[in-house]
Amino acid sequence: MSIEIKTNSVEPIRQTYGHIARRFGDKPASRYQEASYDLEAKTNFHYRPLWDSKHTLNDPTRTAIRMEDWYAVTDPRQFYYGAYVGNRAKMQEAAETSFGFCEKRNLLTRLPEATQKQILRLLVPLRHVELGANMNNSKIAGDVNATTVSQMHIYTAMDRLGIGQYLSRIALMLDGSTGAALDESKGYWIDDDLWQPMRKLVEDTLVVDDWFELTLVQNVLMDGLLFPLVYEKMDQWLGEQDAEDVSMLTEFMRDWYKESLRWTNAMIKVVVAESEANLEQVQAWVDQWEPQAYNALKPLAEASTGIEALDEIRAQLSTRLKKFQLQSQGVSA
Amino acid sequence: MAVKSKKLNLKDKYQYLTRDMAWEPTYQKKKDIFPDEDFEGIKITDWSQWEDPFRLTMDAYWKYQAEKEKKLYAIFDAFAQNNGHQNISDARYVNALKLFLTGVSPLEHAAFQGYAKVGRQFSGAGARVACQMQAIDELRHSQTQQHAMSHYNKHFNGLHDAAYMHDRVWFLSVPKSFFDDARSAGPFEFLTAISFSFEYVLTNLLFVPFMSGAAYNGDMATVTFGFSAQSDEARHMTLGLEVIKFILEQHEDNVPIVQRWIDKWFWRGFRLLSLVSMMMDYMLPNKVMSWSEAWEVYYEQNGGALFKDLERYGIRPPKYQDVANDAKHHISHQLWGTFYQYSQATNFHTWIPGKDEMDWMSEKYPETFDKYYRPRYEHWAKEHAEGRRFYNNTLPQLCQVCQVPTLFTEMGEPTKLSHRQMKYEGERYHFCSEACCDIFKHEPEKYVQAWLPVHQIYQGNCEGGDVETVVQKYYHINIGEDNFEYVGSPDHKRWLSIKGKSSDDKTERAKRDAA
Ligand SMILES: [Fe+2]
Ligand SMILES: [Fe+2]
Ligand SMILES: [Zn+2]
Repeated sequence: MSIEIKTNSVEPIRQTYGHIARRFGDKPASRYQEASYDLEAKTNFHYRPLWDSKHTLNDPTRTAIRMEDWYAVTDPRQFYYGAYVGNRAKMQEAAETSFGFCEKRNLLTRLPEATQKQILRLLVPLRHVELGANMNNSKIAGDVNATTVSQMHIYTAMDRLGIGQYLSRIALMLDGSTGAALDESKGYWIDDDLWQPMRKLVEDTLVVDDWFELTLVQNVLMDGLLFPLVYEKMDQWLGEQDAEDVSMLTEFMRDWYKESLRWTNAMIKVVVAESEANLEQVQAWVDQWEPQAYNALKPLAEASTGIEALDEIRAQLSTRLKKFQLQSQGVSA
Repeated sequence: MAVKSKKLNLKDKYQYLTRDMAWEPTYQKKKDIFPDEDFEGIKITDWSQWEDPFRLTMDAYWKYQAEKEKKLYAIFDAFAQNNGHQNISDARYVNALKLFLTGVSPLEHAAFQGYAKVGRQFSGAGARVACQMQAIDELRHSQTQQHAMSHYNKHFNGLHDAAYMHDRVWFLSVPKSFFDDARSAGPFEFLTAISFSFEYVLTNLLFVPFMSGAAYNGDMATVTFGFSAQSDEARHMTLGLEVIKFILEQHEDNVPIVQRWIDKWFWRGFRLLSLVSMMMDYMLPNKVMSWSEAWEVYYEQNGGALFKDLERYGIRPPKYQDVANDAKHHISHQLWGTFYQYSQATNFHTWIPGKDEMDWMSEKYPETFDKYYRPRYEHWAKEHAEGRRFYNNTLPQLCQVCQVPTLFTEMGEPTKLSHRQMKYEGERYHFCSEACCDIFKHEPEKYVQAWLPVHQIYQGNCEGGDVETVVQKYYHINIGEDNFEYVGSPDHKRWLSIKGKSSDDKTERAKRDAA
């Protein structure tokens, strides 16, 4: 009977790819699953890299952290490329509205000269920190050996470039797009004592070779202090200086940071839960880097919010790390 | 603030939004931050000369790409819902997708990793940003291809374990070693290999066969993906051209190094594309154009103009391009003839082209098809009709460099195999051509490391010594489903039932034969 044949031929012979079925069973898979698991080459590499002959391509030993399966680290946001750009397109639309609003009403240019200078000195130089974060995350994406992990880092790399561009646009708005404000702000980054500990820290991260150490330092420890300090505490403080309109232009960063906590927390949780050795290694890195991140932000806090705000944030980071059995020097309030 | 009254133009504004975020480090040495920039011998005197190949800030990138993705996934959803696979020209077409998903898609992922790496390696921030944008684009391609093929995988065999196969299956070491070669090289060679030689010079020879092939054969999912990826590719191509011009303009000492890379990567790419040539001439039931026509238009004409343009830098056309030009009359037939014999060990099917198709080949290849290739097919067809479908049970000799079996012939001597060999540190190595042998001679330490699938089988590294065990256990090729002759295969039978026909006696017999 021809109708029967028709029905049969529409019936699928399998529900998903073999590599997905081996993990989750042969049932319909999500787009995230099919886009993220076991796509990366694992074995039988042909040539050792000329730039690192001690390792193979996609070598899992490029970090001291050991995982039975790096694909155990996944993204709670379930971002594959399409979901990622879709989400960011919405965020940028909101940001665009705010920038347009500010521009049209001259909300920044009518601020007192001294306040404008504070924005250029205390806020805009962070675009250089963002570029460091961009570089670090691109390196990590190139070194990681599981797509679930590498994709989160390339998304972050591009996000950081985007955040650096939003910060730059604040300066362009202040100087009427001549570039003078950006030049001035870069001068602070290079020469002002306030920024030197931070610039040193960023340069120090650029020579870190172990990619997991680097993601911990950059995306957990540095960001964990910097984002709440700058985009919450300093944001309030700027408001007290009658510069509350700046807040509109950093909404993206606040939303972004809140969201990024989801994947960084998930990653740390899985990695330290894997083994005692991982926990010890991560703890050693926390001991080494957390005080550096704190110290690098001290001058900025002192020049703006006051050191208590930074200490409060440090305590919050400490509480966050404690959930993963990690100790840090922050003193809970 | 310092007084500057002129508004920035677009170019300068983009520089402020990208490379101006970088600074000259003072707490760490530049050499330690960018340790991989010098070892290839490329001299960069001034990164500020880098011209941004495109100006796309992240907000614009997110916006455009999200719009493209939205449209693309709407088509994928509709395709799956309407069982779009039933509207293709013929199920033989799906074999082109099997080759694509196992041979090309994993390269998109490798490209993602490679560009993320060089997106950190260069000390020029403008170049880094352009590379990172390509990195995330290539991740996009790798993922959308999984999604585009997802529905096909539910209805046809051979698509079910692409990345796993890419790491293991004998002929897939051709594309894999190509990209491993580029990724294990330094950052400048990587860009010369992939951005320039592949994306700029040869990309149309990959793109047109697969994407136009899809259009001609009713495959809406792949066509839509292809169109959607096109604007990404346009960016990748401009990066490719900018890279090469930038390197050449920086220092005259760079010219001979780049020339050698162009020679090498042209040839590596050409050998890789031999797989596409067979797909184009044999796997598309509705033909777009012949491989030789595509080669004439996209390499001989376009490439000719390009290399004329590069003459002023002291660059000449790739060495051995005459061999490649001559080979356009042969390679698709030589490849298909080889894969026909080794279908027991592939994740796709092969078959003897039908009479109309053979006549088309005679017309497209007037000097070679009837003389050298038709007689073989007619012989094999006769054997098959008599119940003896031919499979070759000896493992082929692979080229140490390109890893294609040594099946090619000498230029101008289509009956003489172009085999070369040489001894290096007491071992003998085999090559498909003078060009591959040349590549080996420049970097023997690299190519002796090659993971040659046939050697690996003989050394017992593939879960068994006999082909059947290797194919089933090590390759994950489902015997009797993914492999062997198309006629009578489960794919073929399913297609007949979709079209409301039943398989006749002849195909039943062929199937028994194959099993
Ligand atoms: Fe691509
Ligand atoms: Fe591309
Ligand atoms: Zn070869």
